[in-house]
Amino acid sequence: MTFSPQLEERFAKLLTRYPAGRERSAVIPMLMYAQDEVGSITKELIDEVAKRCGVTPLQVDEVVGYYSMLHRKPMGKFHVQVCTNISCLLVGGEQLYNHAKKTLGIGHREVTPDGLISLEEVECMGACSWAPAVEINYDFHHQVTPEKLDQLLDGLRKAQ
Amino acid sequence: MAKVLFNQPSPLETKVISQRFVLEGSETLDVYLANDGFKAFLKAKEMTPEAIIEEVKTSGLRGRGGAGFPTGMKWSFVPRNHPKPRVIVVNADESEPGCCKDRLLIEYDPHQLIEGILIASLAVDAHVGYIYVRGEYRYLITKMEQAIDEAYKRGYLGDNVAGTGWKFDLTVHTGAGAYECGEETALLDSLEGKRGVPRMKPPFPAVAGAWGMPTLLNNVETYSSVPAIIRDGGATYAAHGTPKNGGTRLLCLSGHVNKPGVYEIPLGYPMMKAINDLGGGMRGGKKLKAVVPGGSSCPVLTAPECDIPMDYDSLAKAGSMLGAGGMVVLDEDTDMVGFALRVMRFYQHESCGWCIPCREGTTWLRKILQRFYDGHGRKEDIPMIGELSKNMLGRTFCALGDAAAMPTISIIEKFRDEFERYLERTTVAV
Repeated sequence: MTFSPQLEERFAKLLTRYPAGRERSAVIPMLMYAQDEVGSITKELIDEVAKRCGVTPLQVDEVVGYYSMLHRKPMGKFHVQVCTNISCLLVGGEQLYNHAKKTLGIGHREVTPDGLISLEEVECMGACSWAPAVEINYDFHHQVTPEKLDQLLDGLRKAQ
Repeated sequence: MAKVLFNQPSPLETKVISQRFVLEGSETLDVYLANDGFKAFLKAKEMTPEAIIEEVKTSGLRGRGGAGFPTGMKWSFVPRNHPKPRVIVVNADESEPGCCKDRLLIEYDPHQLIEGILIASLAVDAHVGYIYVRGEYRYLITKMEQAIDEAYKRGYLGDNVAGTGWKFDLTVHTGAGAYECGEETALLDSLEGKRGVPRMKPPFPAVAGAWGMPTLLNNVETYSSVPAIIRDGGATYAAHGTPKNGGTRLLCLSGHVNKPGVYEIPLGYPMMKAINDLGGGMRGGKKLKAVVPGGSSCPVLTAPECDIPMDYDSLAKAGSMLGAGGMVVLDEDTDMVGFALRVMRFYQHESCGWCIPCREGTTWLRKILQRFYDGHGRKEDIPMIGELSKNMLGRTFCALGDAAAMPTISIIEKFRDEFERYLERTTVAV
């Protein structure tokens, strides 16, 4: 399995950054960046990361099961994450999440039939003072109202 | 055009570590160098490790990640003459609900963080460091990597730091979504490529941390505070705060205030002043009901309890904690049963499952609180919520069990009447 030249370069550098014999440390960063390119954590990807880091596929698999950002199934092209934790909750985060569910017609960790958008109710992502917050892929959006969310979703549909 | 910040700075702030935030290009090395950058490192290079640690002790700096442990003392625990190499680790996993300050320190002043790390490396004789950043902060990982690349290119990292001959390598390491990895030993397991579960202590990370090597582990804000301490002297820094609570810290104000935002305040700043002046008062002219002083794991304070200075010791005396600076303000309309449920849902989701009291305790507490919230609560549930919570206290490897229990105990004790009203079905759920 090969990745894009940019990712191959990143991975080659990554493996040199940990003490000798400690390449296992690269497992999580490799999974995170590879997932963005492959779309999800596949069996093939697990085997590849295991081979590159010198660990067993099982040692990679148990890591995949632990971290909430690693997905075994593909999410949408745009993964919309709405925070409902306390700071967001107090200023409308839950209403925002309900609005997103209704508008998109999908629930937690579900994908629209066209594969474009997926939704996830997430825990605190560090935007408490600018709540309620939404993260689309890796882009933060602050003080999001239902109207602003509609505009963002429209933008995603147009951007495809 | 003026730089667009996350929130407007306030004239009431005491700007020490956030003073460069407003500058155009504050993330670049040039702006950093033009504004006192690397003066502290060059000064520290001329000092002995003991003198650096002594200066940090004088500053009164205490860990900004939540525990509030005296930083200078922590540094003194790392054995410099250990046969294994020393490692510096930076905790940028910022995931305590209510906290969003480390984001700004990385986004606006990454070179201040690098300089703080370098000074720490002199103090513990380390030549390698890792910044563990939560996976959700990918854009910050990119920004931090850009700053590190620039520092390497200009000779502020690598084999000859600032022309002094000091060698130091720094790497950014991404997490993948797990609150538990903010706990220092779970973070180390995650850095080693494993599930983030806490380790048995002792040995403490200072002696056997990352890959079994002596490891100095501090929060982003803690390291970021070090350049100012060395440059201006520990006593100058300490003078901003109160005795035993030196310096300034970033307060993340959120919830029902008019001007939520991240503000730098001296330790000992009055909590009510933070709400009324920094925060611009309560939203919609509502009355204050409660405050979560330092992030969701801190026991909740009722409005009458909030007339206190914000320092580690005053908060401890009030039965709560200063935590990681995430101050969440709740107005009179807040439904405390719903709030307690949301807090417990979080801890149940984030419990790593390693310790049974936490894994089972958070699960059952969530179920009971959900039942209560849905209108099917029973009278005996109220004392049971308290008992189940207390059963987690001190019975787990890490503090997550305590973090789930403490706010819950405080809510059930201080707002018991709201739970009782739920039984009468008179409270309308939000």
